[in-house]
Amino acid sequence: MSNYSVEAVELNKTFGRRLIFKNLNFEFEDKGIFGISGANGSGKSTLVKIIAGVISPTQGKIIHKEDHKEIPPENLHNYIGFVSPYLVLYEEFSAYENLSYFARIRGVELNKEKIDYLLNEFLLFDRRNDFVKAYSSGMKQRLKFIFALMHSPKLIILDEPTSNLDDKGKESVYKIIESESKTSIAVIASNEKSDLAICESIIELEKFKNNKMNHS
Amino acid sequence: MNTKAYALYKKDFNSELRTRYAVNSLAMFIIVAISVILFSIGNEKISQSLTGGLFWVVIFFSAMSGLSRVFVSEEERGTSLALHLVAAPSTIFSGKLLFNVILVFCMNIIIAFLYSMLFEAFIIRNFSLFAVSFILGNIGLAVASTIIAAIISKAGAKGTLYPVLSFPILLPLILTSVQLTLLANQGAGFGDAKFELAIVFCYDVIILTGSYMLFDFVWKD
Repeated sequence: MSNYSVEAVELNKTFGRRLIFKNLNFEFEDKGIFGISGANGSGKSTLVKIIAGVISPTQGKIIHKEDHKEIPPENLHNYIGFVSPYLVLYEEFSAYENLSYFARIRGVELNKEKIDYLLNEFLLFDRRNDFVKAYSSGMKQRLKFIFALMHSPKLIILDEPTSNLDDKGKESVYKIIESESKTSIAVIASNEKSDLAICESIIELEKFKNNKMNHS
Repeated sequence: MNTKAYALYKKDFNSELRTRYAVNSLAMFIIVAISVILFSIGNEKISQSLTGGLFWVVIFFSAMSGLSRVFVSEEERGTSLALHLVAAPSTIFSGKLLFNVILVFCMNIIIAFLYSMLFEAFIIRNFSLFAVSFILGNIGLAVASTIIAAIISKAGAKGTLYPVLSFPILLPLILTSVQLTLLANQGAGFGDAKFELAIVFCYDVIILTGSYMLFDFVWKD
């Protein structure tokens, strides 16, 4: 049990006059893998960014709680791990330098044991001192997983987690997600059937364009 | 300012060493601007007030050419999301501000040194007054430039918008700093410059407080 919960209350998002979704209500509690699906442009990435506190909803709110106490927005980054194709790490630094800087900016000691374990799991240990600009897109995607998991987050948000990954990469990602979901909440936003197959429940965003509320 | 902000400053410093995003454009601008002024003056003798004014003109435009990079480079490269995910907005602003403060001081010390070497009329008679006004002016310039950089990094026409938006915000600071430089060059005492010093000090406090209050809204889309 992580005693962590995320609750969306009457969430609305519009860009200009374009409605992305409205009256979205859901709650993720303790642990497990939850999915968000929808066609291209349905707002999956927008929703995960709102959950992560990167952008604000037009109306409604997201409440993050640990031990039933609301987490202030300025501390949210300590609880969240985030992976997405549009997340970019510093190409002028090596993988190890990136992770080291991020740990220090986060204000935590770099857990070398955990970093080495993750680098091994994601098959990047041998390339850990190479500049990220020399990485392939699949390697960059795997590095993002290490970036997301290095501080043992309570909420792991994965936007199209298997994009750019080969079968071997996908396998290690699913293995890690399933293992992390035993103690944390994992949210997967994707259209890939194989990504959604590991989810316990799925929010279909298409339903929230017309004010229908449901969380299947 | 805390260790997290310092870590962000260190990251930016090492990134700058490898990419030379800001330093190259700043160095080129300083050299070009001072050369153009020297060529245009030729053998003419220029007044003290004019050299003081030109000194701050070079500082203003040099700042415009390099200080926006702290946020613009993060947005252009798409790395700002990673920063969102590792630190609170106040930490981000403090780290970026520290980087800009150090960059402004290095840049302006070089400009002041070159000015003293190349312009006969630029003679500092009251060095203490010049140092105090220089420090206060640089802090104000760095803070204002940093928050404006954060604002324009989210906009489309970044290059044009930066000096346009900066000019009215920096105008009170630049005008007062020009006056203080002139007073220091004339050898005036602190008593003669107390109003100008109070203006620059108040400007720094207001812009710093306002920036920290505003940054949360700027940083979060």
